[in-house]
Amino acid sequence: MLKKCDDKLEFSKEENNRYILKLKDIKKAIIFLKEQQGYDFLVDITAIDYLNYKEPYPKRFAIIYLLKDKKFDNLIILKAYLDEDEIIDSITDLFKAANWSEREVWDQYGLKFKNHPNLKRILNHKEFIGHPLRKDYPITKGQLCTKTDDLMDEMTPRLKARGYENHEELMFLNLGPAHPASHGTIRTFVALEGETIVSAVSEIGYLHRGFEKSCENHTYNQIIPYTDRLNYCSAILNNIAFAHTVEGMLGVELPERGQFIRVIIGELSRVIDHLVCLAANLVDMGALTNYWYLYNPRETAYHLLSKLTGARLTNSYMRIGGITHDLYDGFEDDLKECIKDVQKGMDDSLSLIEHNRIFQDRAQNIGVVSADEAINRGWSGPNLRASGVNYDIRKVNPYYFYDTFEFDVALGSVGDVYDRMMVRFEEIRQSIKIITQAMKRLPKGDIRVADHRITLPPKKMVYSTIEGAINQFKLTYEGVKVPTGEYYRSIEAANGELGFYIASDGSGTPYRVKVRPPCFFAMSSLPDMVEGEMVADAVLDLGSLNIIAGELDR
Amino acid sequence: MAVSGEEAIFGDSVITTKLDSAIAWARESSMWPYIFGTACCAIEFMSVASSKFDISRFGAEVVRFSPRQADLLIIAGTISYKQAPILKRIYEQMTEPKWVVSAGACACSGGFYDNYTTLQGVDEIIPVDVYVSGCPPRPEAFLEGLIQIQKLQAKPGKYLQKRVEKEFKGKLDA
Repeated sequence: MLKKCDDKLEFSKEENNRYILKLKDIKKAIIFLKEQQGYDFLVDITAIDYLNYKEPYPKRFAIIYLLKDKKFDNLIILKAYLDEDEIIDSITDLFKAANWSEREVWDQYGLKFKNHPNLKRILNHKEFIGHPLRKDYPITKGQLCTKTDDLMDEMTPRLKARGYENHEELMFLNLGPAHPASHGTIRTFVALEGETIVSAVSEIGYLHRGFEKSCENHTYNQIIPYTDRLNYCSAILNNIAFAHTVEGMLGVELPERGQFIRVIIGELSRVIDHLVCLAANLVDMGALTNYWYLYNPRETAYHLLSKLTGARLTNSYMRIGGITHDLYDGFEDDLKECIKDVQKGMDDSLSLIEHNRIFQDRAQNIGVVSADEAINRGWSGPNLRASGVNYDIRKVNPYYFYDTFEFDVALGSVGDVYDRMMVRFEEIRQSIKIITQAMKRLPKGDIRVADHRITLPPKKMVYSTIEGAINQFKLTYEGVKVPTGEYYRSIEAANGELGFYIASDGSGTPYRVKVRPPCFFAMSSLPDMVEGEMVADAVLDLGSLNIIAGELDR
Repeated sequence: MAVSGEEAIFGDSVITTKLDSAIAWARESSMWPYIFGTACCAIEFMSVASSKFDISRFGAEVVRFSPRQADLLIIAGTISYKQAPILKRIYEQMTEPKWVVSAGACACSGGFYDNYTTLQGVDEIIPVDVYVSGCPPRPEAFLEGLIQIQKLQAKPGKYLQKRVEKEFKGKLDA
């Protein structure tokens, strides 16, 4: 495709639609793809440090861009090699989504971008020295932080752009990181004129837990519990996303029953994720009763999940190439009860708010984001759909038989807080529809792939045959051997496109794992969304985006 | 048994006790927690507060979001190095007698995040009274943590005195 570009680009093509370019040509290629080929969705930007790689690369680092086209079904990966002192052209003028992504690359790898508006650390603290995702940075080398950033370096230019030279009339206020409505640990620093926000800056990274570095230190199956704690409101969807990606690299597909169970439990996770989001959002609005109505069904779901997986919240139910164990006897009845509870809670809550003037006044036309803006910012999932963009990976790139289920994609028309909430209510209904269909069609059979280089052999085999013992030993100590290569795959998680970009060197431990967290891109738009609004609206904006800090900061 | 003093005059309608014990009893049955919830454990705390587990059975449902009004700090979630100074400041803003529960593996020891960004236990920064295990702890475990604090609160005299006298020196105090 890049051949059609007018500026003659030198490139070579690798597997998975990946193009290797010269660093100086990257931006030209992206401009060409965006303006002439319709690739206007920036999925992610990431980097890899090849310092310890088994075979030497021409240069130490690689920068990687992932783009999708207008229909969201074609993914293109651009890659360029560079050394530490080379400077990359920033693409923040093309994609607003690139702003924070490039900052993350700088923070984690120390690669510099030219013409970036504000290239500073994002996940690590201000006093941090070095770049933790470089292979020569020791994983356990922690660095104390003694004071927090005052953020005036970002605030002053923003205020200047709005014509505020003098700050005496303004009041500065921190919303978060320890604030009841900050949903974990997000800090938004605002400048107020009366109660109106004239300028805002968000700071994240307070829950940066080094997920990606930890991945490079564990075998593939050991990473599953870490994925639980990305979006902890729907842990199983993260398990599925990770396992699904690694299975893609291995070139295996789950037996039908396994796939169906993933659909059922995955959709249930989506339901309970949306319930938390809506419950919390309504509490922020002052509608406390809704919290009890919406949160208590989650308790029923917890009961079911702890019976099934042994844990309420962080389930670790998936494995590479399968599922830990099959559904238990009586699962179907429990599930039915759970669905009944969810439906009742939702109906109760909707009867309070659906035609409620106070709710509508509070939520409608607040935090409006247009479709183009949302795409440019890399939004996905319910937030993007609330802005009216029909992008649902379950429909666009169906996996796990999603094309055979009958369900609708809920779309909003305005893109405000109201739409984002109502889309979530509707998605709960649609997910229940999928669960009901999948339960009816649930086939019998195996839930794991039969290859014992990927999944553990049955205990009987381990104790009675030498092959079984070897398989068990190798899998436990060395992990699943994933073929050399780089691969990206994503699923529709509760918050949107949750993808993993994995680079493998053929061993049982990934060489590099990059998560594409849907929250990260939604969060980067918050400062622009809240400007001009009231403080109370800013709280709703944040809640309606469903920012989960574990996934945001990783 | 011969009853003497005020109780002899007024009968069952009056109980005499020490002022300290009366105050401790009142405090014990109405703890005001401040939830320093950062991660997964905070979601589990939502269950503790909601109707099924119902923390108000133990008199601790008045969740305060100002440290100045709270006497129980529940740290629920991972504390990164970036977050540590904020946690310390919040602890310092609380007034005595104050109590700290470190809930969950991450707050207690860093959990399985043994890496460059995670504080290896909040007791490196502030003193902790009760540790609750679990990743995340079940709601019952949170409640058990609260009950343990109530037990300490019932006889705070010596315990508190010891804590106040023993100067705590955390990593950020240097």
